[in-house]
Amino acid sequence: MNNNTNISSPGGFRGVLRFVLSELKPKGKMLTLFNVISLPVMILGAALLVVRFTRGLGSITNLSQDFPWGLWIGFDVVTGVAFAGGAYVLTFMVYILRSEKYHPIVRVTILNGLLAYIFYAGALLLDLGRPWNVINPIIGKSFGVSSVLFLVAWHFLLYMLSELIEFSPAIAEWLGMKRLRKILSAMTLGAVIFGITLSTLHQSGLGALYLMAKGKIHPLWYSEFIPILFFVSSIFAGLSMVIVEGSISHKVFSDRLSVRLKRSHDDILIGLSRICAGTMFVYLFLKILVFIHGQHWSLIDTPMGYWFLLEVIGFVLVPCIVFLYAVRKRNLPAVRIAAVMALIGIILNRLNVSVIAFKWNAPLHYVPSWMEIEVTLAIICAEIWVFRWIVNRMPVLNDPPAWARSRTNGEIKNVPRQKKEVLQPWDT
Amino acid sequence: MDRRSFIKTLGATGGTALVGKRLRAENSSGADEPVGVLVDTTRCIGCRTCEEACAEAHGLPVPEDLDEDIEGVVRTTSEKQWTVVNAFTVDDEEIYVKRQCMHCNQPACASACLVKAMYKTEEGPVIWREDRCMGCRYCMISCPFDVPKFEYNSTVPRIQKCTMCWERQQKGEIPACVENCPEEALTFGKRRDLLEIARRRIYNEPDKYVHHIYGEHEAGGTGYLYLASVPFEKLGFKTDVGTTPYPELTKEFLYSVPVVLLLWPAFLLALSNATKREDDHERKIREIINEVGNE
Ligand code: SF4
Ligand code: SF4
Repeated sequence: MNNNTNISSPGGFRGVLRFVLSELKPKGKMLTLFNVISLPVMILGAALLVVRFTRGLGSITNLSQDFPWGLWIGFDVVTGVAFAGGAYVLTFMVYILRSEKYHPIVRVTILNGLLAYIFYAGALLLDLGRPWNVINPIIGKSFGVSSVLFLVAWHFLLYMLSELIEFSPAIAEWLGMKRLRKILSAMTLGAVIFGITLSTLHQSGLGALYLMAKGKIHPLWYSEFIPILFFVSSIFAGLSMVIVEGSISHKVFSDRLSVRLKRSHDDILIGLSRICAGTMFVYLFLKILVFIHGQHWSLIDTPMGYWFLLEVIGFVLVPCIVFLYAVRKRNLPAVRIAAVMALIGIILNRLNVSVIAFKWNAPLHYVPSWMEIEVTLAIICAEIWVFRWIVNRMPVLNDPPAWARSRTNGEIKNVPRQKKEVLQPWDT
Repeated sequence: MDRRSFIKTLGATGGTALVGKRLRAENSSGADEPVGVLVDTTRCIGCRTCEEACAEAHGLPVPEDLDEDIEGVVRTTSEKQWTVVNAFTVDDEEIYVKRQCMHCNQPACASACLVKAMYKTEEGPVIWREDRCMGCRYCMISCPFDVPKFEYNSTVPRIQKCTMCWERQQKGEIPACVENCPEEALTFGKRRDLLEIARRRIYNEPDKYVHHIYGEHEAGGTGYLYLASVPFEKLGFKTDVGTTPYPELTKEFLYSVPVVLLLWPAFLLALSNATKREDDHERKIREIINEVGNE
């Protein structure tokens, strides 16, 4: 499966370049259902973006003076980043707690996280009115250090960098660069520690953005504890996304899966479900505390109150219970149902804070235009294309090439002994 | 080391030096007392000369509906109009209220802005600086009075809001609206002096005014101050903004950032080392087993 053994060091830089160019060509069938749907979506999205950049934000969005942030921030950025939380949780479990069980999926999760940040945080650029000034806070022309957004922006950037480092051994393996790989894998632990720290801060930071919108967000959603709620919910949001994506990849990329991953896939999903159920329980508990602290009993019996209950009971409590059930019965379909429900719950929560319960009482509430939705879909499609391209080429789901597997050379060094029969030859 | 310098050190180590600056900003009373404008709504006759003067001073389009009756419609400022005068009928009495940026003492917009494009000048006016702004519109999310407006239909959009005629002030002139008000409903001056004037007016005519100066404490105090004859909520004023400066709302979070940046990695590293030792131990055993097996 590893077509990269043929380009070891002798080829030099030009060899690598030629190899990369040859790899740019698509692999596999072009005429798949996904391609047929996603291509027009992406082309239309690109066309709309041309309009957006030539005629201003108002030309394709429904944003207004009362609703400065819409779907692109509320869904693409705020929700997308929560969904990408799986990467920091998994790297924590694999590299800090050294739980080998999850090792087979750590790369694909990091890749997913990295792409999510590139594309969804990238959506932030589309939303900026004056994107050419985006470098100002980076080059230090002016540091708005008292701004939560300053923090979030910097953390996005640094986190992408640390995820890139975490993922880079896979790129080195693909290119057959042994020395580079060694250097890069040596940086993994540092990048992981840095990445987890950054994630803690910007996952909660996304919530902290809304702290100054006091009075504009419905009291059932506004509280000084938004940052903590955002952080805790990002744990199960990220893991639920790992479950859903993993289940899909398992089918779509079945020919790329390593033996290890194939055998342990079910165990991994059940394990993740257990963590999801646990964190959702903590989250629910916090939600209840915050609710009691806010003393908003009277608000429950209003339309917004029912909406709140739907979010908290229907899409946090229920999936939490389904997760527990799935773990006890080792029921994989239930795991997937729970994960999807949990994701819907996160979408509801993030959109509630950022869009729906934001100025909930305004006479003319913001509703995204079809063009905003279309661009969002195009971004998702583009991300999947890039993901597919990488997974089909680099050792993400499958095992790294033999040369990278030596015990001293890589991350895959400690596999529990009792599972020895699953191991590959490199584990002596 | 006292608490302040402790946090400061943490902040500096963590890459944010926000604390020192913020504390200084809070203590900015004294010599450089900020300027402001006192609006006495009991004097305003709703002629809207200020709207016109503002448009002229800043090259904005002349408010189109200048001749129309404004009664009953509450207009908001817009990207084309930095100040508006609204009419309210309370107890058969017509009351006119000029609205614009409040020029908060500790502006939410300025603390939200990640490039300091929104900026509280030392003199008091809150201004917007075109060369820095990236158009993220976080200032609009944060402003408790929904003042900053954005040019959605421009490819080079600007944030538009009252600057208290910052450019004029630098030339030694007073704001255009104040200068042109025929009824002296607007008074420009040091905020502290304006508060004195306002208090004196209430004291001299206690029956004419409600005994409240809107802006004295609202949202931590604002540069624009208001006097009125009826309770402010009847005149469309926000009364739920509280008295805490808005930047305080994110302060706790921002204070915790350097702490997390410092302690979290140390904790993670320790945790990772703790789990590693076991690993090494296991690996050694495994190596021994392997060696024995190979022999
Ligand atoms: S009223 Fe709004 S825009 Fe004006 S200074 Fe205060 S926070 Fe800033
Ligand atoms: S829109 Fe401009 S002025 Fe407002 S917060 Fe963003 S960068 Fe600052």
